[in-house]
Amino acid sequence: MNAPRWQTVLVNVTLVLLALFALFPLLWMVSVSFMRPGEASSLPPPLLPEAATLANYRELFGRAGMGRYLINSLLIASATTALAIFFNLAAGYAFAKLRFAGRERLFRTLLGALVIPAQVAMIPLFLMMKGLGLVNSYGGVIVPAMASVFGIFLVRQYARSIPDELLEAARMDGAGEWRIFATIVLPLLKPIIVTLAIFTFLASWNDFMWPLIVLSDAARQTAPVALAALSREHVQDNELMMAGSVVTILPVLVLFLALQRHYLAGLLLGSVKG
Amino acid sequence: MNERRAAWTFVAPALSVIGAFFLVPVLAALALSLTDFDLYALADLRNLRFVWLGNYIDVLRTPLFWKSLGNTFYFVLAGVPLSIALSLGAALLLDSKLARFRGFFRTALFAPVVTTVVAVAVIWRYLFHTRYGLINYALAKIGIAPIDWLGDPHWSMPAIILFAVWKNFGYNMIILLAALQGIPRDLYEAAHIDGASLVQRLRHITLPMLRPALLLVAIITVSGYFQLFAEPYVMTLGGPLQSTVSVLYFMYEEGFTWWSLGRASAIAFLLFALILASTLLLLRAGRRGEAA
Repeated sequence: MNAPRWQTVLVNVTLVLLALFALFPLLWMVSVSFMRPGEASSLPPPLLPEAATLANYRELFGRAGMGRYLINSLLIASATTALAIFFNLAAGYAFAKLRFAGRERLFRTLLGALVIPAQVAMIPLFLMMKGLGLVNSYGGVIVPAMASVFGIFLVRQYARSIPDELLEAARMDGAGEWRIFATIVLPLLKPIIVTLAIFTFLASWNDFMWPLIVLSDAARQTAPVALAALSREHVQDNELMMAGSVVTILPVLVLFLALQRHYLAGLLLGSVKG
Repeated sequence: MNERRAAWTFVAPALSVIGAFFLVPVLAALALSLTDFDLYALADLRNLRFVWLGNYIDVLRTPLFWKSLGNTFYFVLAGVPLSIALSLGAALLLDSKLARFRGFFRTALFAPVVTTVVAVAVIWRYLFHTRYGLINYALAKIGIAPIDWLGDPHWSMPAIILFAVWKNFGYNMIILLAALQGIPRDLYEAAHIDGASLVQRLRHITLPMLRPALLLVAIITVSGYFQLFAEPYVMTLGGPLQSTVSVLYFMYEEGFTWWSLGRASAIAFLLFALILASTLLLLRAGRRGEAA
């Protein structure tokens, strides 16, 4: 089946146009972030800075205090990821490999809870966090994200491939369940640990509505929340805002590019429901 | 029976977190939606009264709720088909044997998905700028007068839809691409030998084989699009003339600007009911299609 040449050209040209559509806003953001303040507001709109300057980044980290927000985001996303790995890994493995009464029913109930949008829980959760003294603290963002149905599901799907004989043999040797988990299971789950980590980190970093609600104190805000507040104040300072977008997006984009294979594998594993 | 006892120690931590910080709050939200919880109750719980379905009736009588519902439906009904069509088109191209540099294109088209919605909304807000935005600049080149994208109530929602489609289409593209790659190649070869055209192969092989994946993608996308919030929060503040107030944006304002937490909970449950109903509807449509 040799396709005519025009078909090859058509397919590839369309792909190039689509890629341009996807990447242009991001490339343009980087370019504008290096422009002099006010430079982007001229006609015709410039595509590249006349003379690249770091003025916006200096302003961003100096007066706007973006460094602080990025550190907040980093701390919250890292802590959430570390805790979520432990909680979801243990539960996901148990749902896949350990026998206990009511396991399947319990798991189906959890999956059923996936249809409830997270926002339904947010208002009582806010009152709860207030009661626990966690409003305006990192804990208020981290604690509710320590375990997730999606994370448990992901691990369970993967852990089902662990051969039972391996676990039985270890039990025969008298190893306890947690010891088996630590020495035999964990090494086998390495790929899904990476997947779970990148998923959790990205979701936590990019999360907006809940941090917006629970972190009203400027000093504790995450990068997206602070950026939204900045963009509402500095409607005119486009170059500054673009620099803010660059530093907010860059960490997650780099992480994704580095671990892309694991991320996409998780996306597919997670979307094969039931 | 060591295994059974151990199993509970494995699942207990995660289940307690999900139970305490998700399932309990969901039930509490249901209770809260039946009370007049507001700023006074926040200060002193003795001010709390049961109003039964009062909040729901109240919300359903609020014109802004219906406006936000209309806006959300607009966003879902126009955005979801557009987004899935683009995802499907991109997936078909990436699956084509004629495509070069598939790995690069896949990454490029997926990149917007992992970006932070607030940050990219800031970019698009400027791309949509009436005077200096590149979109109007490009339109001017082909002779179209400048559009006040984010300032004209007729154009604000299309602008947000365009942005959302750009941000999200890569996600479904990956799912559909995997489904396409799962279709046995000999089906196509047999059809080719029988003289089926490209369009015929698409209609009679590709689309039927993609059915389950398309249903899944539709369910994920519809429920995601119903939860529109950050885009209007950053790009339009719900305006102009409330043309981009979504149900969730309305809930946020009621709850965290006016502290009517009872009313806001009622709005959250109405949204949940809507998402649940559309999911069930899609599942039924999917099943009926299968039987046909």
